[in-house]
Amino acid sequence: MITTVVQFAYIIATGLFVFSLHWMKDPKTARRGVFAGVTAMAVAILSTMLEPGIVNWEWIAVAIAFGFIVGIPLSLVPLTAVPQRTALSHSFGGLAAGLVGTAKYYLWLNEGPENLSSFRMIAIIAEIILGFLTFTGSLLAAGKLQEIKWIPQRPVTYRFQNFINIGLLAVAVILGILLIINPVEYEFLFPVIIFLAALFGVLLIIPIGGADMPTVISLLNSYAGLSAVAMGFVLDNKLLVTAGALDGSSGLILSIIMCRAMNRSFTNVLFGAFGQVQKAKAGVEQRSAKTETFEGAAQILEQANKVVIVPGYGMAVAQAQYRIRELYDLLTKLGVDVKFAIHPVAGRMPGHMNVLLAEAKIPYEQLVEMDDINPDMPQVDVVIVVGANDVVNPAARTDKGSPIYGMPIIDADKAKMCFAIKRSMNPGFAGIENELYYSDHTFMLFGDAKDVIGKLVAELKNL
Amino acid sequence: MLSKTKILLLVNFILTPVIVLASDGQPAANQSTDFVSMLFVFMLATFIGLGVITRVSRLLHTPLMSITNAISAIAVVGSLILTGHDYPTYITILGAVALFASMTNIVSGFLITDRMLKMFKTKETKKS
Repeated sequence: MITTVVQFAYIIATGLFVFSLHWMKDPKTARRGVFAGVTAMAVAILSTMLEPGIVNWEWIAVAIAFGFIVGIPLSLVPLTAVPQRTALSHSFGGLAAGLVGTAKYYLWLNEGPENLSSFRMIAIIAEIILGFLTFTGSLLAAGKLQEIKWIPQRPVTYRFQNFINIGLLAVAVILGILLIINPVEYEFLFPVIIFLAALFGVLLIIPIGGADMPTVISLLNSYAGLSAVAMGFVLDNKLLVTAGALDGSSGLILSIIMCRAMNRSFTNVLFGAFGQVQKAKAGVEQRSAKTETFEGAAQILEQANKVVIVPGYGMAVAQAQYRIRELYDLLTKLGVDVKFAIHPVAGRMPGHMNVLLAEAKIPYEQLVEMDDINPDMPQVDVVIVVGANDVVNPAARTDKGSPIYGMPIIDADKAKMCFAIKRSMNPGFAGIENELYYSDHTFMLFGDAKDVIGKLVAELKNL
Repeated sequence: MLSKTKILLLVNFILTPVIVLASDGQPAANQSTDFVSMLFVFMLATFIGLGVITRVSRLLHTPLMSITNAISAIAVVGSLILTGHDYPTYITILGAVALFASMTNIVSGFLITDRMLKMFKTKETKKS
């Protein structure tokens, strides 16, 4: 009887999860989505507690209490730190799946090896490989994003890297197959598989650089979901399978969007070591970019009708979004139409820029996607590039030798005038010179993004 | 645009009962049929996921990732079962760590999603 009640509760939870994601389609309904998600989760947890045989309440209470103690501060991180928080929680998800798989295997091994059917073993092996590789991989990704000192930020590459990585995974899978064939006799292989999966997770992320983080985070999101699905297969629990599949497909779609936005394939992101493609073009003549004074720039902005701001990761680093908000307010008051052009891979995770600008209370109607703003670019009077580089590099359109060739970009060069805010003329992440900065109608404003925008705001107020 | 949304919603409404039926089937005669029904559920849920997620506004991709993060912490169910039952202590410990990890994801995932979504404001709400 209780089991039936629990199953029905799980059905309700599944439906609510679907609605929760459905409501994320629009910012107006999105908070309802959170409510549906919380309700679904509460239904799932409470009904599971109804199941007969649950006795260790002290353990459950302590674990849940610690979950709250760690979870609440993690939800209060500054929004610039959201990518690393997300990576960290993927790693927690992977860890949970890996541990449950491990516990289930040893439980069945010791208390009834007849339960270790081939199907269950396949699910267990999938669960621990996915779980532990997500755990270590995401942990390392979080470390890289947090810029922890002893973790190299730059992609690390060595000879035969891809060969070693794929070989390692292949070995883990082969050992897994052996274990599926004879789960009792090859027991000693189980920890070895865990170790190989964890090692593979680390080696997978080591060659990944900052610009590829949005794709990799999405991919790890997908893995975390799939490891929950595998757990569902192990525990014979359909709620786990459905919720995990929702997460898995979400990660998959986000990674596809990210890959498309960079015109690269999955394999290229994972095995290409983007940051290393720095074959500097031979014979780049020393050109000088034009600069503009803050006063001059402010005057031009005041005269403009249409202004587009292109934010990039540099804006997040400099925490410039509040100053941008001041600039937006001033210009809007002067009757200037200000829009923000958001490239899908700007920042370190999908949608990163939107959240930062929303935090600064910029109305979300002003945030425009790349594909929607590009046709209007020739009518735009001034484009302000704030801490973005590769996503506005015209070389992606024209230079076949460039590593970013073919990547869709925001057509900042087509606007009537362009201000680029940059610390120095150092090339961006991909190590590629940006033609935009040498264009006739581009003017550089050197300095920290926050300071520069602050000075522009001050000048505009003086006018 | 609206009609497309309606069609997709309709598809969801049709597919959800399919999942429900698949979930509520009779106890399988043997394990392999049960495994197949699980694969069915997985496949259909993936299609629903793909359908729903493609329509999520690009504005909200970061909150989307936090909320799916919290949803995939449904692993809490498995952890609860492991921790709660009267199993050997090492199993309870593994389960408790997994329970802690999932609970952290649930709490921080939903809270930060809500925190971010509160920030998305339109011009109208700003004036009022």
